[in-house]
Amino acid sequence: MDQGIIGSIYTVIVFVAFIGAIWWAFNSRNKDKFDDAANIIFEEEKQEKQEKQEKQEKQDNNQSSKKDQES
Amino acid sequence: MSQTSQVHPDYNYKVVRQFTIMTVVWGIVGMTIGVLLAAQLFAPALNFDIPYLTYSRLRPLHTNSVIFAFGGCALFATSYYIVQRTCQTRLFSDKLAAFTFWGWQAVIVSAVITLPLGLTSSKEYAELEWPIDILLAIVWIAYCINFFGTLVIRKTSHIYVANWFLGAFMLTVAVLHIGNSMAVPVSMFKSYSLYAGAVDAMMQWWYGHNAVGFFLTAGFLGMMYYFVPKQAGRPVYSYRLSIVHFWALISLYIWAGPHHLHYTALPDWTQSLGMVMSIILFVPSWGGMINGIMTLSGAWHKLRTDPILRFLIVSLSFYGMSTFEGPMMAIKTVNALSHYTDWTIGHVHSGALGWVAMITIGSVYHLVPILYGQPKMYSTKLINVHFWLATIGVVLYIVAMWMSGVLQGMMWRAVNSDGTLTYSFVESLEASKPFYVVRFIGGLFVVTGMLIMAYNCYKTIAAPKVQEDTIDASLAIGGAK
Repeated sequence: MDQGIIGSIYTVIVFVAFIGAIWWAFNSRNKDKFDDAANIIFEEEKQEKQEKQEKQEKQDNNQSSKKDQES
Repeated sequence: MSQTSQVHPDYNYKVVRQFTIMTVVWGIVGMTIGVLLAAQLFAPALNFDIPYLTYSRLRPLHTNSVIFAFGGCALFATSYYIVQRTCQTRLFSDKLAAFTFWGWQAVIVSAVITLPLGLTSSKEYAELEWPIDILLAIVWIAYCINFFGTLVIRKTSHIYVANWFLGAFMLTVAVLHIGNSMAVPVSMFKSYSLYAGAVDAMMQWWYGHNAVGFFLTAGFLGMMYYFVPKQAGRPVYSYRLSIVHFWALISLYIWAGPHHLHYTALPDWTQSLGMVMSIILFVPSWGGMINGIMTLSGAWHKLRTDPILRFLIVSLSFYGMSTFEGPMMAIKTVNALSHYTDWTIGHVHSGALGWVAMITIGSVYHLVPILYGQPKMYSTKLINVHFWLATIGVVLYIVAMWMSGVLQGMMWRAVNSDGTLTYSFVESLEASKPFYVVRFIGGLFVVTGMLIMAYNCYKTIAAPKVQEDTIDASLAIGGAK
C-alpha cells in the first residue's frame, strides 16, 4: 500500500469516528447521563459535608489512640 | 456559594497552594521582563550595554517565564485541584506531586540562569539546552503519571470533561516536547537539532503551534470547564457540546502548524493544508467559547457583582476574538501582509494576556480563599480594580500592535513604479515608535494589576483563620503531618 491509500483510509476512519462521537454525545439515551456528569462539580460539596462528619469521628479516634500510645 | 471555606482533609492541597503562589510570582516576573523589553524597543539604551539585559537574550526569558513559569504553574495548580475535586479522591502520589513542583521550579530557575547567558538551542519557545530539556521531560512524565494515576483511582464513575482537556494537554505536550527537542549534544551547553532544513522548521512549528494549541488552549480550556461553571454556580451550558468540542479541537489542532511557515521553503501543499486546517479550527474554538459564555445564560446579572466571574467571562471573549483572528491570519494572502509584523505580536498577546492570563487570574482568585480556608478574597474591590487594569492594559496593547502591524505590512510591501521599495526598514521602525510607547503603557497596566493581585492574595493568606468547628480541626491535623 502506498502512502496515499493509507492516508485516505486514515481520513475515513477519523471522519467516521468523529461522526460516532457526535452521535454518542447527542443520542437522547445518553442525555441523563451527561446531565449528571455536568453536575459532578457540585456533587463534591454535598459529599464533603458527609465525609467531614465521618472524618471528624475518625480523627477523634486517632487522637485518642495517639494519646494512648504516648501514655 | 462557591466560595466556601471548606478545606477537604483528604485532598493534597499543599502542592496546589505551592503552584498557585508561584503562578502569581512568576506572572509578575515574566510580565515585568515583558515591560522592560517593550521599553527597550523605543528606548534601546535601556539594555544599559549589559549583554545579559539585551533584547535578544531577555526575549526568550520573557516568553519562557510567562508561558511555562506563569502558565505552567497555573496549569499544575488547577489540574491537581480539579482532578482531585472531580474524582473525589486524593492525588495518586504526594511524592510525585512534590517532585513535579520542585522539578518544575528547577527547570524555570535553570532557564532564568541560562537564557541571559546566551545559552540557547535557538528554537522558538524551546530555547532551553539539552540537559534542561531532559529534566523537563522527566518532570513532565511524572506529572502525567500522577494525573492519570489519579483518574484511575477516582471514586466517580464519569471523568468530568475538564479532565479530558487536561489529559490531552499533558499527553500532547509530552510528545511535542520530546519530539521537537531531539538533538545531538556536542558539549554540556550546546546541541544541534536532529532535524535539518525544512524538516527542522516543520518540526519546530508542529511543536510551536501545538504549544499554543495544547499548552495554552486545551489546558486552559480544562480550567475554563471547571472554574466557569463553579464560579457561576450552575452547570456548563451544554455538556454534550463540550464532548464534541473536545474531539473536534484535539483532532484538528495538530495540523495547523504550517501556517507559521507560509511562503517559505516548506512545500506549497503543506502550507495550504496548514491554512485549511487553521480555518476549520475556528469552528470548535467558537463552539467552546459559546459553551463557556452561555453557561451564564439566565444569570447574567452575576457579572455585575462578581469581578472573578467577569475575569473568566472576559477571558472567553478574548479567546473568541483571537480564535477568529488566528484562522484569518492563517489565510495565505492575509499572512502575506501580517507575517513578521507587530500584528502577530498583537494576536499572541490578545490570546496570552486576554485569554490565558485572565482565565488564570480568575481561577487564582477563586482558588486562594478555598486553599487557605477563607470565606473570600481579602478585597473584592481590589479584584475589580485589577479587572479594569488588566482589561484596559490588554486593549491598549493589542490595538497598538494592530495599528503598528498593519502599518508595517503596508510600508514593507509598497513599491515605486520602477520596482524599488518605497520605504526603508528604518522608516517603518520610526512609524511604529508611538505604538511601542502605547504598548509599554498597556503592559504597565497589566503588571500593576498583577502586583495588586499579589497584595490581595498575601492579605487573604495572612488573614486569621475563620473559626469553623470541624474545618479548623482538620486543618490543624493536616498541618501537623
